[in-house]
Amino acid sequence: MTRHRGRGIASINYPIGMNLGGDPSQALVHSNPSGKFTVSLSSIDLGQGMKSVTRQICAEALGVPVEDVYVDTADSDTGPHCMGSFASRGTHRVGNAVMAAAKEARGVMMEAAAEELEVNAADLETDGRGNIHVKGAPHRSISTKDVAIAAQFKQGKTISGRGIFLVPLSAVDPETGEMSPATCYAHACLVAEVDVDDETGEVAMVRMDSAYELGRALNPRLVEQQLVGGAWMGISHALYETPEPYYPDPVHGPRDFVEYVMPGPGDICPHDIAVLERPAADGPFGAKGPGEMCANPVLPAVANAIFNAVGVRMDELPITPERVLRAIKAQGGARPQTRR
Amino acid sequence: MPKTALQFHHNGREVALFVDGGVNLLVALREIIGDMTPKFGCGQGGCGACSVLIDGELHLSCLTLAETAAGRAVETLDGLKDGPNLHPLQRAFMEHFAAQCGYCTPGMLMAAKALLDRNPTPSRDEVVEAISGNICRCTGYEPIINAVLAAAAGGRARA
Repeated sequence: MTRHRGRGIASINYPIGMNLGGDPSQALVHSNPSGKFTVSLSSIDLGQGMKSVTRQICAEALGVPVEDVYVDTADSDTGPHCMGSFASRGTHRVGNAVMAAAKEARGVMMEAAAEELEVNAADLETDGRGNIHVKGAPHRSISTKDVAIAAQFKQGKTISGRGIFLVPLSAVDPETGEMSPATCYAHACLVAEVDVDDETGEVAMVRMDSAYELGRALNPRLVEQQLVGGAWMGISHALYETPEPYYPDPVHGPRDFVEYVMPGPGDICPHDIAVLERPAADGPFGAKGPGEMCANPVLPAVANAIFNAVGVRMDELPITPERVLRAIKAQGGARPQTRR
Repeated sequence: MPKTALQFHHNGREVALFVDGGVNLLVALREIIGDMTPKFGCGQGGCGACSVLIDGELHLSCLTLAETAAGRAVETLDGLKDGPNLHPLQRAFMEHFAAQCGYCTPGMLMAAKALLDRNPTPSRDEVVEAISGNICRCTGYEPIINAVLAAAAGGRARA
């Protein structure tokens, strides 16, 4: 038995959002009499950090502390419309809608503050700590809480805003087939190193090194979390999991977690990640979002690393030991390629 | 089927309940006692989401007959914090972003507690082994391993 070390690389160009008849999301922002703000969304936080990021975006656009914003991802029956949390669209589409809603709400808040301070709203600014003051005269100040109370009980105004972000449908040109399915793209490059056992066909991850360009990272720790977890899922798609191991024949499909094999904590490998920030022109504060791209480059990089290790081109997923062994046997043994 | 009277300690508190024969501990905890912290993942011991400690030992509550807990001490995630103070493992999970969707987190925390209770200075490999019965779909395990190691290191620093 010999273990062969191989290295593979993959680069990807990843569109943010989708293009199935237009891609809209809506958000509503309103203040409570306490001076705190609520963002209403139908968008779902699956653990990827949607609530945290939209909270940050709203606070930044309003000019209030992040603690003063609550995000309610209530329910698609009662919330403003959202296409959903998929296609890596959350931060970009929903974030833009939240930003628009927060800007409208900020306009009303500044008007209400102007009335209380008896100045022109254009002369006011927020300090990001919950106060609104006259530019250059911080002592001429009112708290957002007092503004909210005045708007509610004295002025009879709602401090609220509506936001929608729509990427309109891009039709296909009948002559050329040309279309613009996305307004911005994220990018990634990943190098995978694997060991392939030519007796068992097993592939073990040795290490990964990657660079992801995903616009501005609005919350760097959440971005890192997505990239680490997503790369694990990429390994799983590349080497382990499938509902139909003999597709299109449905036989031997897994029935439970004992048979639906995924890499465990002992099957992961060191992963060094570099995050490159190139703000997107149409993203909320320049963000695109990591999304599905976290997993995507792992699959081709692992397939390339296996080719580099033993000389077999694996074109079916997942790349199970059985498939690797059959491929090695078909070519008459392992043929390690040159390491570059 | 006649119900069986059953008493055990649930997070330090004595509970008395009636269970049907064959009911597993997970159902007794969630549906009779109302402690929703152990999660139902697969119901057949494949995922670890239902992990609890019985007399300090890690058990899959979905594969444990409720009656076998009689007279024993059952610990769940609900008992991990001390009043308003989170357990060092819980704090480490937060600091290391070791939860995303959160469904595996209760089981992971109990598996980690079982490890640190018997081995306060585990190696990385020992942490990996300790959580190997628990499936996580989101984090890629790395943040969880780091959180457990950090909680162990924090415990050493305080000692």
